[in-house]
Amino acid sequence: MIADKVLNKLQQVGYKTLSRFSRVGRASLFLWQVLLSLPYVIQRPRLLVRQLYYVGVQTLLIILVAGLFVGMVLALQAYIVLVDFGAEESISLMVSLSILRELGPVFTGLLFAGRAGSALTAEIGLMKSTEQLSGMEMMAVNPMKYIIAPRFLAGVIAVPLLTSIFMAIAILGGYFVATEMLGIYEGVFWSQMQNNVDFYDDVINGMIKSLVFGFVVVWIAVFEGHDCMPTSEGLGQATTRTVVHGSLAVLGLDFILTALMFNV
Amino acid sequence: MNTRNIEILVGAFVVLAIIAMVMLSLKVSNLASYGGDDDGYEIQAQFENIGGLKERSPVSAGGVRVGKVSAITYNNKQFTAVVTLQIEGKYQFPVDTSASILTAGLLGEQYVGLSPGGDEENLVAGGEIDITQSALVLEQVIGQFLYSKAQEE
Repeated sequence: MIADKVLNKLQQVGYKTLSRFSRVGRASLFLWQVLLSLPYVIQRPRLLVRQLYYVGVQTLLIILVAGLFVGMVLALQAYIVLVDFGAEESISLMVSLSILRELGPVFTGLLFAGRAGSALTAEIGLMKSTEQLSGMEMMAVNPMKYIIAPRFLAGVIAVPLLTSIFMAIAILGGYFVATEMLGIYEGVFWSQMQNNVDFYDDVINGMIKSLVFGFVVVWIAVFEGHDCMPTSEGLGQATTRTVVHGSLAVLGLDFILTALMFNV
Repeated sequence: MNTRNIEILVGAFVVLAIIAMVMLSLKVSNLASYGGDDDGYEIQAQFENIGGLKERSPVSAGGVRVGKVSAITYNNKQFTAVVTLQIEGKYQFPVDTSASILTAGLLGEQYVGLSPGGDEENLVAGGEIDITQSALVLEQVIGQFLYSKAQEE
């Protein structure tokens, strides 16, 4: 009797472990197929442009607003701390380094997972639930090439572009607060920044981060959509998983990338 | 939304991102100063102690930035720090120029200050500055102060 219960529990654990692993395996095979389909997308830029509109242009507004406010808040906070040491001129350095190294890529990754990633999952998941994907296969149209790959490539391209816009607008936001509200001289603001921000160490590393985040978030989003249970409940779960797993992946990878990039 | 409008918006989006990238590289970071690397010349200076001087620290004369520190190595024969200074080509300094490591503000970053001498010959590429003054290390200054206080008593 007790032995039976123990065995049942063991079986549950085993089942869960196996299904987790098979999911990882499916995700990897899926990614491989998507990558194989990319040449098809490059030959048909029309498909790509349309998806760039959905994942890129439509995410732009939230990126602009978030970036502006993050930059302005950072400048205010930096001022409060630095003014005690008479170092309020270093405001621009604190704002620009934290934006370029961390906040730019991470914020954009999180916002992208919430705004565009969830939409991708829901769209592809609904296509699967309503058997549009199977329908395409019946008509000898490969949905991997026609549906998944353009969305994947568009996301991977859009995230670094959005990140650079986020960084620029955040620094401009910090600039307006610092010069207009806090009375830092304009020349001091920019020269402090230029003397201490390195193009390769800071800007390029931030861009590499955003490329990695974009890749992972879009991968999760399209995979969850393609792998969801074809029911309304399954669709909801898949969308939630995209946002949760995407955000966690961004934060976890950020730690690893920071440790690798900045030689700590 | 027809295809043409979508393509226009995507084009605007990409252009906006490129403008942001250009701003990040030229206005925010020091990419602009990478371009001027070739038209400068390098001179060396040996210091006993360079304190917190780092590569890419500024080199200034009379408060004007005239170059940057391009390399820092250690001379294991004379036991001194060898600092290579990259001076912009448009600035010339006499051979008896002295170099000292100074600090901007109380807690600011350290930089190399050049004070020109009176010689008529100018330093050329590969030249060396003979008169140098090491960085002020706070612990040493405090130590000397305490030592001189103790001697007075």
